[in-house]
Amino acid sequence: MLTLLGVAVVVAGFAARINPLLVVAAAAIVTGLAGGLDLIQVIAAFGKAFNDNRFISLAWLVLPVIGALERAGLQERARDFITGLKAMTMFRILALYMLIRQVAVAIGLTSLGGQASMVRPLIAPMAEAAAEAEFGSLSAGKHDAIRAQAAAAENVGLFFGEDIFIAIGSILLIKGFLEQNGIIVEPLQLSLWAIPTAIAAYIIHAVRLFYFQRKLARDTQTQQREKAPA
Amino acid sequence: MIGLGAVYVLAGLIFGAIAMMSVLDTSNTKRWINGLFWGLFAASFLFGDVLGDFGNGLLVLAMVVLAGIVGLGVGRPVTTESAARRQSAALLGNKLFLVALTVPIVTVLGSLTLRYVPSGRGVPLFEPAQVTLIAFGSSVIVALILARVVLRQTLAAAFQEGRRLLDLLGWASLLPQMLAALGAVFALAGLGTAVGDLAAQAIPSDSRFAAVAAYTVGMALFTAIMGNAFAAFPVMTAGIGLPLIVMRYGGDPTVMSAIGMLSGFCGTLTTPMAANFNLVPVALLGIEDRYAVIKAQIPTAIVLLAVNTVLMYALVFR
Repeated sequence: MLTLLGVAVVVAGFAARINPLLVVAAAAIVTGLAGGLDLIQVIAAFGKAFNDNRFISLAWLVLPVIGALERAGLQERARDFITGLKAMTMFRILALYMLIRQVAVAIGLTSLGGQASMVRPLIAPMAEAAAEAEFGSLSAGKHDAIRAQAAAAENVGLFFGEDIFIAIGSILLIKGFLEQNGIIVEPLQLSLWAIPTAIAAYIIHAVRLFYFQRKLARDTQTQQREKAPA
Repeated sequence: MIGLGAVYVLAGLIFGAIAMMSVLDTSNTKRWINGLFWGLFAASFLFGDVLGDFGNGLLVLAMVVLAGIVGLGVGRPVTTESAARRQSAALLGNKLFLVALTVPIVTVLGSLTLRYVPSGRGVPLFEPAQVTLIAFGSSVIVALILARVVLRQTLAAAFQEGRRLLDLLGWASLLPQMLAALGAVFALAGLGTAVGDLAAQAIPSDSRFAAVAAYTVGMALFTAIMGNAFAAFPVMTAGIGLPLIVMRYGGDPTVMSAIGMLSGFCGTLTTPMAANFNLVPVALLGIEDRYAVIKAQIPTAIVLLAVNTVLMYALVFR
């Protein structure tokens, strides 16, 4: 039960908005000590796990490419492109991106997207440009809200598309775990049963995006009314 | 055989170059701190396998102290202003999209084809288990070449712009890897069993619906704690799913597992522990509120978890 102390450190640390790196390091040390390791062993265990997971930080290799593209005007081009398409509202851009992302992931094309390689350079600027074309200039808070929605659309599309692809890690994990417990399942069956949730996820989030668009429209209208003298 | 090691060397060299550029940036009062931080990142990629476990532990603690206590500065690489960018955008037009799509497209093509490239010595040239990451590393090189040829952006400019974005990320750049390491320490200390025991005690086992709801909500909660559903699935399935839903009530393990995993993903949407999905974009997009993306996702997560629970109840006992 003492090992749960580490979880308490994480929850309290994140809630208090302490620097997450300090929270994680403290949680690792507390968990290790509570689990019966000494300090040297904890540091070594954490160091080994850190080294084994270096592949996660490889994602940043894309940043020089994204940076060079931004320097050459990619975000500006993305904005112009969207403003040229009058039919493209913020809602339609994010709903369409989420659909493409989810379908691509479902057929195994997981790398066709991502927060660093698609959302920052393309999707977020497009959504902001479409909203500005429709509603005029927006406050910093509104820009933040649209960016957060762009990031969320990416996550929802990715999470609830990937389990439809049979060779994805989570499907293989399920198959392996059930096999250890003497139950044989077909990966294809697992991916079929992921489809109802995938459809529900898309509908729920698209509806929420639609209401976000409506709220943005209402908010900007009230703002304009307040500005105009009666 | 070319494996992950080659991609790590590439990463080490790029981070090393960014570390040196950080030190040379006199506009940043913390240039030595930034230089040391990115330098340690480079060292981890280049020498991680020879440092030993304790050495790596000290390396990561040093990075935590630099980014979490001392604090990183933000370098100011010479970049282009918005007028120049608009001009460049007008000049280059859709060529920009072509280069932007290079990384995803080359990664996909590479991950589908690299495993079949022979080395001429009877073994594949690229390590089959790592083709996606090798393809990703190669795609970055291809994109940097295209940026030079098509967009006329020098390699030095690309690295300086990369440094601008890395400094924007700051501590968030280290967090996903740190959290994965924390997950390993959690597992080592037996956290999974502890949570499983706790869950098994707390579960009302008198109705089918209660068992299903305990499993889906348990998956979401434990995933939120661990930051990923992979750690939660074996614990919850062994603790609740198999003994109650499958053994006692005769539910279908395939339906249960598929929807159970996706219930875990609802938890992923709500937690700062899933940093690369929920916190990194906040830093990348320059959003003020650290939890803005999570707040945008929580209503979807709650409604979808309820839908999953109903779906599983309706489908698992057919």
